Amino acid sequence: MLAKLMGYFLLGLIRVLTGSQARWHGCPPKAEQRIYFANHQSHADLVMIWAALPKELRHVTRAIAARDYWTKTPFKKWITSAVFNVIYVSRERTADEDPLEPLMEALGNGDSIILFPEGTRGHLGDPQPFKAGLYNLALKFPQVVLVPAWINNVQHVLPKGEVVPVPVLCSVTFGTPMQLQPDEDRRAFLERARNAVVELRDV
Amino acid sequence: MYHSLKNLPASSQVGALFVLVFGILLIASITSFAFSIKEFADEARAEQRRANLESINGILRTSWFMVVVFWLGWMMGNRVALTLFGLVSFFSLREFLTLSPTRRGDHRSLVLAFFVVLPMQYWLVWAEHFDMFAVFIPVFVFLAIPVVSAMANDPLHFLERNAKLQWGIMVCIYGMSHVPALLMLRFPGYDHRNAFMVFFLVMVVQICMVTQHLVGRWMNKKPVAPAISTSFNWPSWWIGISVASVFGAALAGITPWVPATAFAFSFIACLAGSMGHFVMKALKRDRGIPSWGKQGRAITGAGGLLDRVDALCFAAPVFFHSARWYFGL
Repeated sequence: MLAKLMGYFLLGLIRVLTGSQARWHGCPPKAEQRIYFANHQSHADLVMIWAALPKELRHVTRAIAARDYWTKTPFKKWITSAVFNVIYVSRERTADEDPLEPLMEALGNGDSIILFPEGTRGHLGDPQPFKAGLYNLALKFPQVVLVPAWINNVQHVLPKGEVVPVPVLCSVTFGTPMQLQPDEDRRAFLERARNAVVELRDV
Repeated sequence: MYHSLKNLPASSQVGALFVLVFGILLIASITSFAFSIKEFADEARAEQRRANLESINGILRTSWFMVVVFWLGWMMGNRVALTLFGLVSFFSLREFLTLSPTRRGDHRSLVLAFFVVLPMQYWLVWAEHFDMFAVFIPVFVFLAIPVVSAMANDPLHFLERNAKLQWGIMVCIYGMSHVPALLMLRFPGYDHRNAFMVFFLVMVVQICMVTQHLVGRWMNKKPVAPAISTSFNWPSWWIGISVASVFGAALAGITPWVPATAFAFSFIACLAGSMGHFVMKALKRDRGIPSWGKQGRAITGAGGLLDRVDALCFAAPVFFHSARWYFGL
């Protein structure tokens, strides 16, 4: 109940602050299993892309969050688990654990996921090189549709290290779905995926 | 009929006015709808007609929106009216600053502008501290914003970034807040009819802008500054202002003034409003965008609120302070 209210509150807040406009440029919103991958510049990214999705898709679309950061305090943990129902991943690698395991489980359950393949929040300008997770998931789940997305302007709402957000109009542009080509190697695919995201900046 | 209206209590007069305005808008909307379903054999003409209808519908939508805002404001009292205008300030400032991007170092100044300056300015209006309200932004905020920005330790484009912020605050908060401030002015012998003053100002400025727009399109004269606006030309500007001022004089019955005074004040308001709109066009050209709403490629999805209210933001302070000074209120 409280979590639901918090969800509505955050949704309202992000709409007042950013307008949270979704631009379905390369594909329509559709109830199929998808991996949305986007640039990452601010904590607000997660709420932003979540608010931009239609209500029906929001329930079956789960974002990825770093376990070490988002479980640090009880409040952070509550927000991410009860309100957003995120999938936690560990950033530091241990020998016996595959960091993608929780993602595969979610995809196996039929959920869509939101991925920020840069791994961490970037600074202004171009996104950093993508990490291999996206490639591995695309390899394991060839039937899942990969949708690139560009989140515009959110870094102005809440820059790293600030507490009070300011109102700036933002938008999320969803691009044309892409797929892993049969004999495409990891680097080429990640580079192509990154370009697909960057290209959406100018449409 | 005029006399029976004149003898009604103030609230019934305002009510009658709203009925009239809603009626006119309804007729206009129905007419526009009727035109939109009419078919044309000639595809090129139909295309042009559609484009025309589109822009007229835009104006109609704004008018509906404004009238509903006023109606709500009048129904619910001054506090609600101020809140509504505060929201318009908020959303237009959001639009302005999105399209005049600042840097990271300005974050705290932005927080100050949105969450301190804006509520403070509207509170000053509400509390009727007119002397403070007139200088709060030009004097105090003028200093506070650059101080906060300088604290962020980023000298790059400092003057430019601050100018953007100051402009946004002046136009969207300071200018806009003068519209509801009219509700608080105490004209002698004009009790409880201040909603008419707001209506008068908005109506006159809106008529000036619409007339100028339509006449400009129809006459196709040489523009004054083609690099800034392809539609702004002196003849249509004069016609717009004259028509609106004559209209203002005709509305003198709802103001505390005689027709000649109403004419003069309409003239002043339209002069400021149309010039302000022209200046805002220059700002838009500088940013390389056709309108605040579209940001070139519609990336922000703004509604273009600022395009609609910018004339009012410049007209209101000039109108307010001329009236206040002239009548010694």
